[in-house]
Amino acid sequence: MLPPDEPTAEIACTVNGEAIHTQVPLRRSLVDWLRHDVGLTGSHVGCEHGVCGACHVRVDGQVVRGCLMLAVQADGATVETIEGARDPLTLALQDAFFHHAALQCGFCTPGMILQAAELLAQHPAPTRAEVREALSGNYCRCTGYQPIVDAVMAVSAILPAK
Amino acid sequence: MKPARFDYARPATLAEALALLAKPDTAVLAGGQSLMPMMNLRVARPARLVDINRLPLGEIALGNGVLRIGALARHAAVLASPLVAQAAPLLPQALAQVAHAAIRNRGTLGGSLSLADPAAELPACMLALDATLVAASAARGERRIAASAFFHGLYSTALEPDELLLRAELPAAAPGWRYAFLELARRHGDFAMAGLALALGPGAARLALCGVEAGQRRQPAAEAALAAGDLPAAIAALGTAEAMDSPDLPAAQRVHLAQVLLRRAFQQIGAAHAAA
Amino acid sequence: MTHIGQPLPRAATARLVAGRGSYLDDVSARGELHAAFLRSPYPHAGFRITGTAAASALPGVVAVLTEAELAAVCQPWQTKTGSASGMVSPTQRALAKDAACYQGEPIAMVLALSRAVAEDAAELIEVEWQELPAITNLALALHVDAPPAHQGLTSNLAWSTEMKGGDIEAAFAAATLVVEDRLVFTRSTGVTLEPRGVLAQYNPASQALEVRISHQMPHQLQRHLADLLGVSLARVRVICPDVGGGFGLKMHVYPDEIAACAAARLLGRPVRFVADRAEALLSDIHAREHIVEARMAVDAEGRILGFDVQDVQGLGAYSIFPRSSTTEGVSALRSLGAPYRFSAYRGRLRSVLQNKVPTGQYRSVGHPVGIAVAERLVDLAAAARGEDPLEFRRRNLVAQAEMPWVNPLGARMAELSHQQCLAKLEALLDLPTLRNEVATMRAAGRCIGLGFASIVEFTATGPEGYGRAGVLVAAVDTVVLSLEPSGEVTARASISEIGQGTTQGLAQVVADAFGVAPDQVLMGSGDTATTPHGGGAWASRGAAIGGEAAWGAGRKLRAEVLAAAAALLQCAAEALDIQDGHITDANGPRMSLAELAETVTFRGYELPTGVQPQLTVAHHYRREQDTALTTNGFQASLVEVDPDTGIITPLRHWAVGDCGRLLNPLLVEGQVRGGVVQGIGEALFEACRYDESGQFLSGTLADYLLPMAGEMPDITVAHVETPYSGSVLGAKGAGEAGTAGAPAAILNAVNDALAQHGASVSELPITPGAILRALGRLA
Ligand SMILES: Cc1cc2nc3c(=O)[nH]c(=O)nc-3n(C[C@H](O)[C@H](O)[C@H](O)COP(=O)(O)OP(=O)(O)OC[C@H]3O[C@@H](n4cnc5c(N)ncnc54)[C@H](O)[C@@H]3O)c2cc1C
Ligand code: FES
Ligand code: FES
Repeated sequence: MLPPDEPTAEIACTVNGEAIHTQVPLRRSLVDWLRHDVGLTGSHVGCEHGVCGACHVRVDGQVVRGCLMLAVQADGATVETIEGARDPLTLALQDAFFHHAALQCGFCTPGMILQAAELLAQHPAPTRAEVREALSGNYCRCTGYQPIVDAVMAVSAILPAK
Repeated sequence: MKPARFDYARPATLAEALALLAKPDTAVLAGGQSLMPMMNLRVARPARLVDINRLPLGEIALGNGVLRIGALARHAAVLASPLVAQAAPLLPQALAQVAHAAIRNRGTLGGSLSLADPAAELPACMLALDATLVAASAARGERRIAASAFFHGLYSTALEPDELLLRAELPAAAPGWRYAFLELARRHGDFAMAGLALALGPGAARLALCGVEAGQRRQPAAEAALAAGDLPAAIAALGTAEAMDSPDLPAAQRVHLAQVLLRRAFQQIGAAHAAA
Repeated sequence: MTHIGQPLPRAATARLVAGRGSYLDDVSARGELHAAFLRSPYPHAGFRITGTAAASALPGVVAVLTEAELAAVCQPWQTKTGSASGMVSPTQRALAKDAACYQGEPIAMVLALSRAVAEDAAELIEVEWQELPAITNLALALHVDAPPAHQGLTSNLAWSTEMKGGDIEAAFAAATLVVEDRLVFTRSTGVTLEPRGVLAQYNPASQALEVRISHQMPHQLQRHLADLLGVSLARVRVICPDVGGGFGLKMHVYPDEIAACAAARLLGRPVRFVADRAEALLSDIHAREHIVEARMAVDAEGRILGFDVQDVQGLGAYSIFPRSSTTEGVSALRSLGAPYRFSAYRGRLRSVLQNKVPTGQYRSVGHPVGIAVAERLVDLAAAARGEDPLEFRRRNLVAQAEMPWVNPLGARMAELSHQQCLAKLEALLDLPTLRNEVATMRAAGRCIGLGFASIVEFTATGPEGYGRAGVLVAAVDTVVLSLEPSGEVTARASISEIGQGTTQGLAQVVADAFGVAPDQVLMGSGDTATTPHGGGAWASRGAAIGGEAAWGAGRKLRAEVLAAAAALLQCAAEALDIQDGHITDANGPRMSLAELAETVTFRGYELPTGVQPQLTVAHHYRREQDTALTTNGFQASLVEVDPDTGIITPLRHWAVGDCGRLLNPLLVEGQVRGGVVQGIGEALFEACRYDESGQFLSGTLADYLLPMAGEMPDITVAHVETPYSGSVLGAKGAGEAGTAGAPAAILNAVNDALAQHGASVSELPITPGAILRALGRLA
């Protein structure tokens, strides 16, 4: 329930393919709105100041920090979260993350996968160092990163070269 | 960690935006990659946000020897632009070291320049590239500010509170000029402990540092020495920089790092330059 | 056994990759209120709350609570342990009373319809502060003029102890070589990506408290909530859903979490509190703040004679509840030199109160400190003797024939494989080639270092540890199994899952013990209402203790099912087996488990009279010998130092470990790699820093530097498997050894590199500035 006088604005956008038309509190971040109001809890909140990457979502096809965009800014946008990302790269990465144990607690995983998918879409054949650099804005406390790099490389290996 | 309350407006035209900016305690929201963290931490608490993301200010164009980059051009777009690579090759060198992919997808040139973080890469680039920054306000219209007059100090610029930065104009890279951007950061994408933007031309040099002094500026003494091909004198000249001091990064360390970077940058492009 | 030892991914991660996890903040309760805390901005200050009217009047605010209100439903607490008897231990409260003793200590809370409004209101609470002198700097805290961390204390010394054995004077008198160093360890903290959080609901009609919380030990917390809030234990239900990282950080009693539960009790409404990152960095336990002065005596043959150690450990403002922060100091001293043979030891520990957030048990408790100190001394000794550091270690490692080995501290070590691990490490490194590579790189002007660390980790603590000290930490664990009518097995374990993968290991154990495929075993854990009382996740004990419980339960269920099947099939149970989900005999499958379970469940009349198959069984397991299980290993690190900039680049890292039987090598390797990176973070980046006045400087992730993908090396992992002989499965703990040894390996590698320039460092994390100063490039 919203506090009685919280300022809101109307937005219309598409989230995971579904049209949404609603009021959002002005000061609610995109990731908070997706999680608490839309009910899509796959994107996580780890810092709220742009450092950890747990909050990654796709807005108009680009991966962004969901904690640094306001929900009201999603007006007119196409938003995708890990739950709705059904592109072949994301699916392949999810599978590879699972098999390489590229996650332990899994809190970083959705943000990591979306970032990796964007990397592979732009550079289908990165080196390990390039993968590490591309993921350098995603914090993972559990895995030590190596199995994540392995998983991304494994998907890269089955992609047709660009 | 939720922001304090604010009003929000998303103007569709420049005129509208400028009118909104005339109100007190109003902040421009561009990429939000610096402003939103500060608001979430309640370090910044503007009463009003003017979201400029719907304004047509993202253009990157090259004409008459001038590269124009709109204030809303995202870091990622500038980084990937062939026009930029051709006319301002320093910028992609620098931008590759700015933050991380997802932040570069949102963060803007205008936001970085307006914020004037002492450790940010882009202000140093503007100085080394001798850019002109174009701003506008409802009350006074457009004005052009040389980069060397734009950055005033720690998070401080020539922009008035009611002014919006519209674009940067950069003289396209001239034949015989070479560019190097080098920085040292603790981790990939971190703000620099020290960074350096260097443009070397025939008998001329432009040099700016980031992460060293509170206000970014050209380094005239070092530039003069570089123009004369005297690297040791240039390195010595940096010794007089008025570096910021903090417990984890003392002034002397920043200066030392800047000097190391200058030597490396000169080795990278100066030698080639001398040969050319 | 066909599934134990298989590298299977943890089944539940299929949900997590899809974004279908259920973490604390993913679930809400109708009518919930959001909590925000007003926290002390000062490290030490008296205070009086003079006005809450403005805060209360803000639209959306439901309550503003202070200590006075919470006192009605919540007791204060005090950390007491027999392992630190006589410790000065100030009283702790959910909300501070009259004085705040660390920056970030909660003094009031707001409950509102949104977190944003709760934060707005917290700013409006009026407080009169009287700033008091604060002591944060550990090096100064014991000085006679140091201000007391709590008013009324005459000294900041909370506790001291001497751990000794053998004749230390004689050892040093006999030495031909004494090496010494002073090592400084800066506080670091766990930074689980998911911050702490709790959703508490109290039903006044049934007097029942339900607490969803991101925590490692549901039962431990259940007990403390019952005690502190005056609710009967069985009416407190603690649920730990998917936990986004623990590492010890989520095993303590935190004032803000207790306050949220107390508020739920007081208001009769659901209360949610999720720490944001800024308050997490301020209020999560910190760890590993030590100043260690250590000497090692060596004889003419290069044998270690003894260690003489002084450790000053920062506790923060309180000794953490319930386990006590002093554990870390004791553990540091116990692990120091543990791989080696020596005859005398004297370790003096002083645990010191400071106006900082408490320190507490954090992955590999104390070991990284003790190991770094010993391994540094060992390298110094090898260097002084002009000897290869591995040769020096090889000579001094306790040999297999000498085990069980009880060192002068009384630490018992058995079934360790130092020699095999060392041999494996040397093979893995291809040492002659690597040394050539290093020489080539050095010849090319690069500043390269190779460092080693030998490790003993005390894991899987049994009942002796906390039980004797009077601390209520469960050391028994239980697994309950049910054969469902579908033929699947549901398992409920008192061990909990925090991402480390234990539940997958247990599923594999149950699968083998019972006779089904692991995917037929559905694991449940982390809920006091559905699992028996037990230890949760700590001290790398899931496999060693929970694994035994799982094995025992699987065998029991198997016996029950075979007896039932024998009754139905009218044959001897001994003639039957369970294989791949079927009851089999010599001729093959006779009936599926589903058929059997259906018959028992729905058509019991088909069973002979008097046959009452127990399709739900439980097995408790308590280890009866060995206070802790020792594991051992070796790490090596190759680093490059840039002498111009001071930047250190870890190039490669190797870890060889023996954690007993590997239930699941894939998951064990994950533990090792993650642990190593955590250790590298500690060695090179992570630091909780304070300014002169005691203000915390590392309050955001822009200031607290975590190890990120770009700087971390690939880590080669190998195993030696020496099963623990005291249990069926032989597993020991695997979760912490990576963290234990990595700081030592990095420190030694960096010093190996610096040695070419005649320089050295002895403070963690090793910053570029420290390198430049050590090299004389910077004043
Ligand atoms: C984790 C992290 C790491 C980062 N690392 C780096 C780094 O290494 N180097 C670096 O340079 N940056 C870094 N950044 C910052 C990033 O580059 C920002 O994008 C940039 O500094 C600001 O751009 P923005 O468009 O996001 O501006 P905003 O955040 O929207 O605005 C920044 C400020 O500028 C004002 N402003 C914005 N646009 C205009 C305009 N057109 N006219 C007038 N005022 C305006 C705003 O009012 C605000 O005060 C990092 C950010 C994060 C979160
Ligand atoms: S929550 Fe957005 S970057 Fe951490
Ligand atoms: S898997 Fe836990 S943070 Fe990455």
